[in-house]
Amino acid sequence: MIELIVAERCTDCGACIEVCPANVLDRGGDGLPILARVEDCQTCFMCELYCRADAIYVAPDCDRRVSVSREDVLASGRLGQYRKHSGWDEWAEQFPNEQWLMETVFRRAGEAAARPKAQQPDIAGRK
Amino acid sequence: MVSSSLEELSITADVLIVGGGMAGAWAAVSAAQAGARVVLADKGYCGTSGVTAAAGPGHWWVPPDPPTARDAVVANRVAAGLGLGEAEWMYRILDQTWRTLPTLAPSYKFGVDDEGRVNYRAVRGPEYMRALRQHVLNHGVTILDHSPVIELLARADGSIGGARGQRRQDGGRAYRIEAGAVVLAAGGTSFLSHLLGSRTNTGDGYLMAAEAGAELSGMEFTAAYTIAPAHSTMTRSMAYAFATYSDADGNELDLPFGPDQTVRLARALQRGPVYCLLDRLPDDIKVRLHTISPNVPLVFDRWGVDPYRDRFEVTLHNDGTIRGIGGVRVHDLDCATSVPGLFVAGDNASREKVAGAISGGGNVNSAWALSSGTFAGRAAARVARGTKARLTELRPLGRAGLRPRGLPKAVDVASARDVVRAQMHPFDKNLFRTEKGLTESARVLEDLWREVANHGQDGSIALRETAALLATARWSVATAAARKESRGLHRREDYPARDPQLAGRLLSSGLDQVRVALDRPSASVRPDQLEAVS
Ligand SMILES: Cc1cc2nc3c(=O)[nH]c(=O)nc-3n(C[C@H](O)[C@H](O)[C@H](O)COP(=O)(O)OP(=O)(O)OC[C@H]3O[C@@H](n4cnc5c(N)ncnc54)[C@H](O)[C@@H]3O)c2cc1C
Repeated sequence: MIELIVAERCTDCGACIEVCPANVLDRGGDGLPILARVEDCQTCFMCELYCRADAIYVAPDCDRRVSVSREDVLASGRLGQYRKHSGWDEWAEQFPNEQWLMETVFRRAGEAAARPKAQQPDIAGRK
Repeated sequence: MVSSSLEELSITADVLIVGGGMAGAWAAVSAAQAGARVVLADKGYCGTSGVTAAAGPGHWWVPPDPPTARDAVVANRVAAGLGLGEAEWMYRILDQTWRTLPTLAPSYKFGVDDEGRVNYRAVRGPEYMRALRQHVLNHGVTILDHSPVIELLARADGSIGGARGQRRQDGGRAYRIEAGAVVLAAGGTSFLSHLLGSRTNTGDGYLMAAEAGAELSGMEFTAAYTIAPAHSTMTRSMAYAFATYSDADGNELDLPFGPDQTVRLARALQRGPVYCLLDRLPDDIKVRLHTISPNVPLVFDRWGVDPYRDRFEVTLHNDGTIRGIGGVRVHDLDCATSVPGLFVAGDNASREKVAGAISGGGNVNSAWALSSGTFAGRAAARVARGTKARLTELRPLGRAGLRPRGLPKAVDVASARDVVRAQMHPFDKNLFRTEKGLTESARVLEDLWREVANHGQDGSIALRETAALLATARWSVATAAARKESRGLHRREDYPARDPQLAGRLLSSGLDQVRVALDRPSASVRPDQLEAVS
């Protein structure tokens, strides 16, 4: 669930409020977004993706709140990671969309599963 | 719920699209291309809400050349569908997807493979939906974000002429849209499991269609489940094709990749926690996982788990009708329902015609969402042209949670939702079905339905969602009870074999009284063929 918006990074553009499919955020008195309905968060990471300022941290836990420290998150270098790996905005040229490889992986898995076990070097020795 | 003092916002359009996921967006484009003034209303934000944005769909994509290639995939799919798929529909969606998907190229940068070829079939969810929103806007469609539709409006003759809803980022302001025709593309439902991206999918479209008098079909096929790391929503299964599993004591479990894996995993989870290692994922894929599926490694990374070396706990989330296939019955080639002026598309519609009795996940669902959206949008525009001049009073159709039959009283929405979850998620009730379990589920859901339908009245989004979840669960349970056999996604512990007498679709309908009936066999499915494939 969304756990943190780093205030000093937030540019108050309102994108997270607008794009959140579950309407988790409200505009606060000072204009900054506030986490108004965290229990509605569906942990889809869309707010992070649309945050150009890399100010939002979504914890992967969807069924429990976790406490998150601002210092740890800033130090982890994970803010903006999803945007970067998705080749979003300014990262478009550096991180190519390789979704097409998925079907290759499934095909290889199917082929591996179809081979008799003795011929599977990668799973030899398994029960 | 914020109640608004603002007066109701009134809008007129030729075509109203309810839902702005993949199906709704393509429907809006196709209606606009057919010359209609189109309004699209989404509960969330068109571009991020719905399951496409958070997932990353691969489309069913087979080039027309050589024609034998399509014949082969269609024949496979017909056989796999166990008597419920229709070849004609499969060819239609292959053709429509082939022609339509590349038209997104001005807004979406399709991936290029290692040989330099453009790959159209596999798209990345967030970019695809961002591009589709742009494509919709480029066609002059008006988008209402954060505007859940609450109920449909009918003309005096029973045909559908609009809808009412609330603008939840505008103080809950009510709105009303008069339209020549309506396309329901509000998605399916996972009954509020943690299936990725499915939170806004509460089955609202099913409830609204049924209130208008439409039937549902295939509602017994809600028993699809997908693996995810425990406590996460990451139901993207690619990496698990190469996983190894173990129990709490570290003993390896025999859960080979293949059609039975989910069922075996569910049985193992009934015995205790199951742990997973992605150690056998080929190294060349490991190093590219963050650009193939950027959200998958994100989860492990944030937990400090190395999924290739550290065992992590896994769970299964229910897919309901999202990777299952039930929905509103599609009446004709235009994706019309049995109610004049009402069309359906995507997961809101039953996908038996193209998926048969098994999941359409993996590629058929997306081709269906795109194609059914395109068919429905075009046909709705045509119907709207014929109804333009008709000025009549519109009658609101919403009932449960909105207009109670008895004395209004407060309904505890949170506990009502938990009741639905408790009937629709546990494996022993919804995956390994029995007469006894289904009867008990029906009784629990029946009691709750009576409470919501008789007393719920605040008309809030949350209460209407709850009514929709509940109605959908009731159709699913009643239809599963009527199908006394095992076929595809529907598994009866007490009837493990297929029954040739039941090789047809089951239609369900009704609100206070749920009815289930065997549909007449479709023309393309002959009983002798059914025997051959089963
Ligand atoms: C993790 C995952 C991976 C998948 N991968 C694949 C794949 O590889 N290939 C494949 O073919 N399929 C795949 N699928 C299935 C596929 O994504 C769906 O079938 C497809 O997205 C359906 O599109 P849709 O537009 O019908 O529904 P959705 O995309 O869910 O859109 C429904 C929309 O309706 C809106 N809505 C709901 N209620 C209301 C209301 N009352 N008023 C207004 N709006 C409302 C929602 O907010 C949402 O935006 C996957 C699904 C998941 C969950």
